[in-house]
Amino acid sequence: MKVRVRKVNPVKALFKTGGGVMRHTIQVTVNGQTHQVEVESRMLLVELIRDVLGLTGTHVGCDTSQCGACTVHVNGEAVKSCTMFAVQADGCEITTIEGLAQDGQLHPLQEGFWQEHGLQCGFCTPGIIMAAADLLKRNPNPSEDEIRHALEGNYCRCTGYHNIVRAIQYAAARMRGEAVVPRGEAAPTGAS
Amino acid sequence: MEARSYIGVPVRRVEDRRFVTGQGRYTDDIVLPGMLYAWIVRSPHAHARIRAIHTEKARQHPGVVAVFTGKDMLDDGVGSLPTGWQIGSDMKEPPHYALAVDKVRYVGDGVAVVIAETKAAARDAADLVEVDYEELPAVVDAAEALKEGAPLVHDEAPGNLCYVWELGDREATDRALATAHHITKLEFVNQRLIPNAIEPRSAIGHYDPGRDELTLYTSSQNPHLIRLLLSAFVLKVPEHKVRVISPDVGGGFGSKIFHYPEEVICAWSSRKLGRPVKWTAARSESFMSDAHGRDHITTAEMGFDRDGRIVGLRVRTIANLGAYLSTFAPGVPTWLYGTLLAGQYKTPHIHVEVKGVFTNTTPVDAYRGAGRPEATYVVERLVDLAAHEMGIDPAELRRRNFIQPDEFPYQTPVVLQYDSGNYEGALNKVLEMADYEKLRAEQKRAREEGRLIGIGLSCYIEACGLAPSKVAGAIGVRAGLYESAAIRVMPTGKVQVFTGTHSHGQGHETTFAQIVAHELGIPLEDVEVVHGDTAEIPFGMGTYGSRSLATGGSAIYRALEKIKAKARKIAAHKLEVAEEDLEFRNGQFIVKGTDRAIGFGDIALTAYVPHDYPDDLEPGLEENAFYDPANFTFPFGAHLSVVEVDPDTGKVKLLRYLAVDDVGRIINPMIVEGQIHGGVAQGVGQALLEGAVYDRSSGQLLTGSFLDYALPRADDLPSFEVGHQETPCPHNPLGAKGAGEAGTIAATACVVNAVIDALYHLGVRDLPMPLTPERVWRAMRGLPTDGAAS
Repeated sequence: MKVRVRKVNPVKALFKTGGGVMRHTIQVTVNGQTHQVEVESRMLLVELIRDVLGLTGTHVGCDTSQCGACTVHVNGEAVKSCTMFAVQADGCEITTIEGLAQDGQLHPLQEGFWQEHGLQCGFCTPGIIMAAADLLKRNPNPSEDEIRHALEGNYCRCTGYHNIVRAIQYAAARMRGEAVVPRGEAAPTGAS
Repeated sequence: MEARSYIGVPVRRVEDRRFVTGQGRYTDDIVLPGMLYAWIVRSPHAHARIRAIHTEKARQHPGVVAVFTGKDMLDDGVGSLPTGWQIGSDMKEPPHYALAVDKVRYVGDGVAVVIAETKAAARDAADLVEVDYEELPAVVDAAEALKEGAPLVHDEAPGNLCYVWELGDREATDRALATAHHITKLEFVNQRLIPNAIEPRSAIGHYDPGRDELTLYTSSQNPHLIRLLLSAFVLKVPEHKVRVISPDVGGGFGSKIFHYPEEVICAWSSRKLGRPVKWTAARSESFMSDAHGRDHITTAEMGFDRDGRIVGLRVRTIANLGAYLSTFAPGVPTWLYGTLLAGQYKTPHIHVEVKGVFTNTTPVDAYRGAGRPEATYVVERLVDLAAHEMGIDPAELRRRNFIQPDEFPYQTPVVLQYDSGNYEGALNKVLEMADYEKLRAEQKRAREEGRLIGIGLSCYIEACGLAPSKVAGAIGVRAGLYESAAIRVMPTGKVQVFTGTHSHGQGHETTFAQIVAHELGIPLEDVEVVHGDTAEIPFGMGTYGSRSLATGGSAIYRALEKIKAKARKIAAHKLEVAEEDLEFRNGQFIVKGTDRAIGFGDIALTAYVPHDYPDDLEPGLEENAFYDPANFTFPFGAHLSVVEVDPDTGKVKLLRYLAVDDVGRIINPMIVEGQIHGGVAQGVGQALLEGAVYDRSSGQLLTGSFLDYALPRADDLPSFEVGHQETPCPHNPLGAKGAGEAGTIAATACVVNAVIDALYHLGVRDLPMPLTPERVWRAMRGLPTDGAAS
């Protein structure tokens, strides 16, 4: 996954605080809302999202960028937010799981995961949904193999991926405008 | 109008809205005013004496509030973390302090905690804690640990032996094997696994000095047990002043059952500092500090008569318990393992001996299946290998040995009395789903073309629904294993259900609500399931051992019976008829043979606004029940897998995986299938990918991150083909048996059997797990596999 990152001017953007820790003032737009925040150089994007902005739907499952639980969209592309420093996101548009539903309407992937039982504990789910959204943008009609390949960067320990594949197929069909017949019965509160 | 039936229906999960929108609330998501952050300084050595710990520099680091060591906690009277399971009267039970006091005994053993205003400050300052270690020789392999002169992990356990446990008739088994027509013998390692729930463990201690109340938020499967152990044994503070909350928990698989040092550290330090203290594991800490699973070294021999009937089974296992006894650890390789060695077969004589051993490794405890996957692996590998050795089709050899449906209840030679089953039925069903004859023909054809296809079977049984408390007591569990429930009907007819089990992916908020909505004839939306908070729920034994529906669901059912009995009295009064003239249907009490009726909502209102109320009845509509199961439940099934081995690279590709499971009465088939899928994935993981590796000389954990320890990814697995057989459990009111562990119990042996089936004609009769390409490649060429990297 390529990330387009606005270059930070090291002279203009940096200033030092008394503690000797490098701090930067950055501007990020997250789920449509623009924030100006001061961050340490070493702060990860995921720490900015969770600890500073309080958007806890983005999760941290590892410290080696393997699990994908922290996947968000940066300028429209899926990025593991533990692989970027917050300062690198200066000037970027970020979408997290909290920003995916529009006008109270679930995103077809959110609906698909619900309908097809694509989640159990829910911890990996936001990251997988964000990664899948990126896939469906690039490939609106992926095969099962293509879906499984696209999920290589995301671990799920609960589902064995079977229903995650179904959920993404469900969403893909919905987004292509096809009628989707859920198995069994609808979500109790009406997902669509 | 008929009320909807909610039983056997794939109701979409009520919990999912919060999870798909990022509104789940896991422990690490919780931020409390004034909260501090803890970072634990862990031992880099597998075995070392602590000469001194210098904390001054760390204390002076900006933002640091406190640094504590094991000695600080000991001096303050903090006790050892107890184990909950006693194996024999001679079990060695050395102390396990939350932070090591005299020695460190594994890489990752905590020695100090740094508490600071920010996570970053705590982590930075942790590097400034200087520990003066005197390194000692370490032992990580359980067989090595038993040898003369091995490094001693605990002075209290000479020879590193925690216990020796045996079950069954040794002499009768020896006699049976001495006269057997054929003996199949395997010596193998059931390798150590690291459970790796995707949510790292997390805890927040929150002491409120004004009320003298301690709240512990923890990512636990087992909040009430944590409260009991923390208050009664470790911190020794009054139980009613301790509240444990397990909010949303991101998977457990056993690893979050246990009482962990970090829970003690956060709770105690919050009391000391008067501020909330949070700790969340980095994944590399999870690898070192979450309880591991499996790790058996086993020699097993199964004897057969001329017709392929099993005459006896002898099993010798050395179980690695790690450096300390975790909460359930002693019971896992003993009672949860040895008692399952009959499998689905009429094995007349079984004897098993298990040595539990301390080593300089992370503690080992229950991981999905807990003892039962290990037992199934022994039985199903032996039966399958014997079929190959004797030239009998593996399905046919199993058929010759199955316990038959008319032989229940069936008393095995290893304690358990199976209550019900139809093993051949499940096998036939999976063979039919797979078109077994055709598969075998394809396998033959493929082999002629030089392709290596293998077909594996695994017919498993498990003992679930832990557990009848009398039995639990008899096998050394230091607790009863009943479950509790409370039902609170509100004045408007809405219902809250309080369960002592805990959902961390299993969907209890839906399944339990289905039971309540079905029984009371009310809409599902009117039911709310509450779990994971000791302040709200009377008591509970938590979720593990596939127990939640069989015990927790049954407790809910019992409480519902009480609710309905009281509601009937209210209805009889309101309708001015005798109770026996009423029938309860579709959420209404109806006077038989009339159209006179009163709805559940009106009864609820009457109970809370008792202006016109029976004289002999208390107002309110709320009931408790404790349900103690009469027996274990015995889910079973037959799984079949098809693999292809690449002859050039040794890579195993899992082509198909089919499962037929009998988990008893199914409330929500969608959730049950999900449990099977996930269980199978973890079992396949053990067979093909996963394995914890320690360096034998240094005791370092070599598989300490996701870079080195391979969890199954989406493209490692096929879609699964799942079928059901439904034989209700005869002794609980729901007829439920449990589905959480079935897949894991069956899958490991199933996949290994398939790979051996593909390679047997090349002279490969066994392979060490995980079946990495290198090992398979070496085995195909007759080269030793032991030295292969995993």
